[in-house]
Amino acid sequence: MEGLKVSKGNITVYIHPSKSKQVSHAVLRELSSLLFTFSQVFDGVVLAYDPNSLDICAKILPGVYPYFGVKLNVNLLLFSPKPNMLLEGKVVKLTHDSIHLVVLGFSSAIITEKDIREDFLCKTKRGQEVYVSRSNKQHVIKVGTMIRFLVKSFDEEILHVYGSLIPDHTGSIYWLENNLEVATHNDRSEKKRRIVPEPIMPEQDVVVGELSALDIVQKGKNSKKQKHQEEP
Amino acid sequence: MGRVQVSNKEEFPEMENSDFSDTQLIRHFRGVLVAVTTGDRENYDELVGYLHPSKKKLNPDEVALLVTTLKALSGTVAYIDPVHHESLLFAVSRISMWNFGTDVMDALLELIISLAASNGKYIDWCLEMLVKHFVPPFYLADSLKQENGIDKKNKVLSRVHSALKEIADLVPLAPLRLSPIVVQKMPSLFSNESEIVMYVENMLRLACGAIGEIVGSTMLPAVVDRMLELDVEIGWDGILLEDVKGIFEMELEEITEFADEDENFDMPPSELLNRKNLQGNVVVEKLDSLMVLTFLHLESCESSGRVALVFDILLTSFQRTVLNAYKSKFTQFVMFYACALDPEGCGVKFATALANMFVCDVNPPITRMSAVGYLASYMSRAKFLSAALVTSLLQSLVDWCHTYCKSHDFDMNPRAHQVFYSGCQAIMYTLCFRMRSLMDVPRLKLQLLNMSMEAIWKHKLCPLKVCLPTVVVEFLRQAKAAQLFMASESFLFNDMLESDLSKAFGGMDRLDMFFPFDPCLLKKSESYIRPHFVRWSNVRTTYDDDENDELSDCGSEVSDDDFVERNARDMIDDDMMVSVEHLDFNPDLNKMSITPKKSLKYGVETPLDRCVRMPARIRPSTSPESL
Repeated sequence: MEGLKVSKGNITVYIHPSKSKQVSHAVLRELSSLLFTFSQVFDGVVLAYDPNSLDICAKILPGVYPYFGVKLNVNLLLFSPKPNMLLEGKVVKLTHDSIHLVVLGFSSAIITEKDIREDFLCKTKRGQEVYVSRSNKQHVIKVGTMIRFLVKSFDEEILHVYGSLIPDHTGSIYWLENNLEVATHNDRSEKKRRIVPEPIMPEQDVVVGELSALDIVQKGKNSKKQKHQEEP
Repeated sequence: MGRVQVSNKEEFPEMENSDFSDTQLIRHFRGVLVAVTTGDRENYDELVGYLHPSKKKLNPDEVALLVTTLKALSGTVAYIDPVHHESLLFAVSRISMWNFGTDVMDALLELIISLAASNGKYIDWCLEMLVKHFVPPFYLADSLKQENGIDKKNKVLSRVHSALKEIADLVPLAPLRLSPIVVQKMPSLFSNESEIVMYVENMLRLACGAIGEIVGSTMLPAVVDRMLELDVEIGWDGILLEDVKGIFEMELEEITEFADEDENFDMPPSELLNRKNLQGNVVVEKLDSLMVLTFLHLESCESSGRVALVFDILLTSFQRTVLNAYKSKFTQFVMFYACALDPEGCGVKFATALANMFVCDVNPPITRMSAVGYLASYMSRAKFLSAALVTSLLQSLVDWCHTYCKSHDFDMNPRAHQVFYSGCQAIMYTLCFRMRSLMDVPRLKLQLLNMSMEAIWKHKLCPLKVCLPTVVVEFLRQAKAAQLFMASESFLFNDMLESDLSKAFGGMDRLDMFFPFDPCLLKKSESYIRPHFVRWSNVRTTYDDDENDELSDCGSEVSDDDFVERNARDMIDDDMMVSVEHLDFNPDLNKMSITPKKSLKYGVETPLDRCVRMPARIRPSTSPESL
């Protein structure tokens, strides 16, 4: 899956003087306010952060409230889908009109009828709608299926993805991996499935994080993240 | 989507065939919607016309037409454009589920859900549309009390809540956008009772429901804040301002009258007529209903094992708003009730949090004074708190005050050391209620005797002169009877009472007189609080045994009250299973205070004064004197 990246940020966090007793706590709070919102600066939705080092010297801003700026290095896990990227999501609803998905558990996506290739036919089986490929009856998309789709556009405010199933290499991941990449499917399919939860789960621990998380340089995690970044 | 057969020819005169599959209909609607972008609005306007029913009562054909249109539209949401199809969206937003049967309700919800999931732009619109249905239109409000109405209410609200859940499943971040919408659309203070109660019911239902994990942290604080707004609207203190009597007379004499006003507002005394009590009572009723709803919500949380989670939310909200709210009279009982439901968990946590807030010198003085006021009142009034916990909290207060004395070798100055004085008063007030029960346990008695209290009272800062005289007198009397102070045979404190210096340390807000958990005057809420609440008349003081005879002699009013009080207590004690709702006699509600009738301000202390009791209800005051 594309659209996930780790960025290193050198940022300055401005802390209210009333928080001067618990700076690290205040820094984490400020960073948490970035979560699940699209940030123009980072060009993506911040999913997790991992502060690496905290500059001991803070610059005090002159003014009515002497805010002080703390410099820090942060590793940020970003979600920034761009047109023509391939994303993966779980189907939550199917109608004749559209396929609704959830990507990474938080972002909603829709593929409307006009963006579904004609090969797919919507049928009603046992009272439930399913999309079945005309050329390959095994290729079925129903509620709960993980599918790979192409990004058409992305609504940054509500984090809503508009997708497409026009290209041939899109559709049910299970079917694609069994049929298009027969040679390597064993390795890759397992790896793919693992990739989705892994970059998120450990990072969330940091988000909730203890104060001490600030000082711990989590090298293990970083290297893991970078590996994921290279892989897709 | 179910197949909809449209058999009436008149509905679609332009089509010759009378039976269409819904796919055909959808295709037709798409064409109509797309045509608008090219300037052809004829069919579109007709379509919008179907969504504007001209009369309230529709015949079956018209209902079928509306249902068909809505269902077909939900199949074409991808073609609806917020700019070109504004009138269509407006027409949909005008449709209220309360006016229609289940067919229309389901079709409308299907359209709303499809719209919400189709495009990020519609999500707020859809959520607002659903939230609007929390309360019925005003012309239906009365009919909801009948059986049909209740049925209708259930039908609409269960659908609205399941639709919200469904949207949350499709758009996982929707609940985050829902919370601010729900809070923003809350009925104002001046809306009528049924409206606000129903809305709050829905808010609490959201907090309990499937998306409660996300929205719960916003709903309950919003409800508490609204209750607080209602609470401060009840302007009793403002009413009392009209009196030119002294502060003590106000607390000691007017209170009974005042309670009368609340209880017997059908026949208020002539002087109370001027006090706009009717207006006050409307607000009181509203607040009372909301409190009861919140209590029931807490009970349901308790039974589902979520009370600790909810309590954390409540505590944060309490620290943010209620704690520092001037004149908050009832809202704090939400905390009290939550603690009563889980004494070991929430009850202890609340007390510890208050003690920490008092001790933490980062907090502003007013917060610390309020916190210790709450702590004292809570420790005194909460039946469910163990004596051991009270002792350990008292110990921490005494230790803090003692350290303060050691580091501040100054003379008495009420303004400069207000936090210290409020701490001292809290110790005394709590001991007035608890001394006897602590003395009865040998281990706690020893701990109490070992506290370095005497050094505090004898310090140059003279807390006994500054704190509220009523509290000091009662405390000294009990301390003497319990022989709390070994060294002071002669009891040097007797002459230490001075005039009401407490006013000075209490500041503008009169925090010296702030006992937030004094008896709750709201009738319905009080029945929930009563089993967990300690009344002053039920407190056994250290001098009780010695002075029983004196007590019975000292005026009929007191002994009568006592009699009724004890009867009531016995009733509850005899049958612990008794339902509080059935206890409709309410002997002590009229009696906010059981304090001496004569003010101590004038230094006249008659034997009668001595045998009656503590201020049970002392309110902050804004009388001209204190300003």
